[in-house]
Amino acid sequence: MQPLTIRRIVLTCAVLAAVLFAVSVISLKLGAYPMSARDVVLTLVRRAIGHTDAIPSDFRLVIFGLRLPRIALGILVGVALSVSGAGFQALLRNPLADPYVLGVSSGAALGAILSLVFTPHVPLAMQGAAFLGAAATIAAVYFLGRRGGQLDSATLLLAGILSASFLSAIIMFLMTTLSGRDLRGMAFWLMGDLSTAPPDWNLLGSLYVVLLAAVGAIYTTSSDLNLILTGEQEARHLGVNVGRVKLVVYVSASLLTGLAVSVSGSIGYVGLIVPHVMRMLFGSDYRILIPTTALGGAIAIVAADTLARTVVAPTELPVGAMTALAGAPVFIYLLRRRLP
Amino acid sequence: MNAPGSISPQAASPGMPEKQAPPARLKVEQASYAYSATDRDAPLFALGPASFEVRPRELVAILGPNASGKSTLLRLLAGVLPPLSGRVQIEGVEASQLEPRARAQRVALVQQESALLFPLRVWEYVLQGRYPYGRRLRFESQEDCVMAGNALAQVGAEHLRDRWMDQLSGGEKQRVILARALAQQPLLLLLDEPTQHLDIGGKVELLRRLRRLADENRYAVVVVTHELNLAAEFSDQVVLLHRGKCLRVGPPADVYTRELLEPVFETSLEVEISSRGRPRVILRGNPEADSAGLDDSSVPEPS
Repeated sequence: MQPLTIRRIVLTCAVLAAVLFAVSVISLKLGAYPMSARDVVLTLVRRAIGHTDAIPSDFRLVIFGLRLPRIALGILVGVALSVSGAGFQALLRNPLADPYVLGVSSGAALGAILSLVFTPHVPLAMQGAAFLGAAATIAAVYFLGRRGGQLDSATLLLAGILSASFLSAIIMFLMTTLSGRDLRGMAFWLMGDLSTAPPDWNLLGSLYVVLLAAVGAIYTTSSDLNLILTGEQEARHLGVNVGRVKLVVYVSASLLTGLAVSVSGSIGYVGLIVPHVMRMLFGSDYRILIPTTALGGAIAIVAADTLARTVVAPTELPVGAMTALAGAPVFIYLLRRRLP
Repeated sequence: MNAPGSISPQAASPGMPEKQAPPARLKVEQASYAYSATDRDAPLFALGPASFEVRPRELVAILGPNASGKSTLLRLLAGVLPPLSGRVQIEGVEASQLEPRARAQRVALVQQESALLFPLRVWEYVLQGRYPYGRRLRFESQEDCVMAGNALAQVGAEHLRDRWMDQLSGGEKQRVILARALAQQPLLLLLDEPTQHLDIGGKVELLRRLRRLADENRYAVVVVTHELNLAAEFSDQVVLLHRGKCLRVGPPADVYTRELLEPVFETSLEVEISSRGRPRVILRGNPEADSAGLDDSSVPEPS
């Protein structure tokens, strides 16, 4: 009997953070402009200690102007999508829940597009609208997924998949009529992409604040989620305030999905695969699952995006294509294993 | 008294005189309940007023045919449902008024367990019983581990602790679920049809274990069951329900009469009193005199 300790969580997270750092260095190194790992690390160290004058100007442009903002964005999106996936899995008591599969990402994308049309210059309006779109979609899917007063696993997934398809059709309609067959925009909202110009550091900073607040809020409920996962009634009898926990997870996970979709479009399956891989590696206790899933999601997106922009260089694939290539087979595997 | 470090109800006062009957731990006074007519999924059902008391070391069985209100009564006792009228008090405090964690420190309710979504080890499952004693985001202390270990020992399941929950047999699982309830250190242990999926040996073993937990560890135990003969053998009191009415409360020998049981269970039966003064129900019309639940000779003497 070895109960989970804070020490174990910190050590595990330190290892994953090191992996994330390594993946990020590789990502900084790879691309059309060749750089050695040594150059990358040296540039980062020089910047960290304030010797910016010693950095060659093209290194500065490639690393700090192009690749690092994209990695920072990838980390944000990876953390947000994977933690919201883990959150939805507990909230809906469904191991196959994922913001993309459930249509939540499509709802967020629709919200973001509508805000682009109606409130194009209001700061953070797009994020707010994406959050509302995500929250409304998950609420609709939740009620559509109920049969006889009970949440039915298969009905819930079907409701999610149908919502995703319905919302995607509306998105295509809007993109076609509003911006005259904007195919790149369509690919962005339906597949997800990190190659569009990343937000400036100030906006990125405020998005990170929201990210940390939402992940923190879900983390405070992780002991409760462990009990809810073994049974809602039982959790209630053990003293869990199930209604409050569900509200916190519902709002935070919707916020995280909205946040990710507003900057990267609908990247799929990260919220499904990453929590499952982390469960296999570190167990299903949410106290360790949330932080490891956050770091794992960041690693997954940075790695997937690096592949997306290098495998068929100089052309770039949308990162969502990479995650779907890996994610859809995993989804089918889990579906066959879990559902009777 | 309990051995040092052993697990027992947390509020048991050590200085209590042993000879006198202890004050009631659970007091049910004219408690009734009705399912709201607006709830489309639940049939309109009312549970008439019921009154009884449960003291430490007592095992009370709630009996009755299906849809007689047994589980509703149990949920009233657990404080999960507030009574429509009357009172349900645990050590003088209204059960349904307790804050969820405070209630979970006093009452453990064992129901048929839900399917686990993700695999869980036995010891992780039992440690969940310590949840009411920590802060919201909690990490288990050494004391919690000792308590969980003791709870497993009390149900004779220490050897299972590193096994996966979904690889246990029905009887093993039932013991582990009971251990989680004991880890809560409750004043009141409530069980909803715990014998349902057990074979006859498992049923006897479970009831004997509950009897021993009540006797040795001062638990007040209430069991909802269909096992008439096991209830007669092991309980101090039975509460007989029929169609939402509390028909009779008392020692098994008082409640088990042919006149009372035959119309309730809608079958011909006879009631015998064993040499130990415990009643036994025998189904009539069977030449081999099959008992309704258990042959008397196979039931060991309760301790």
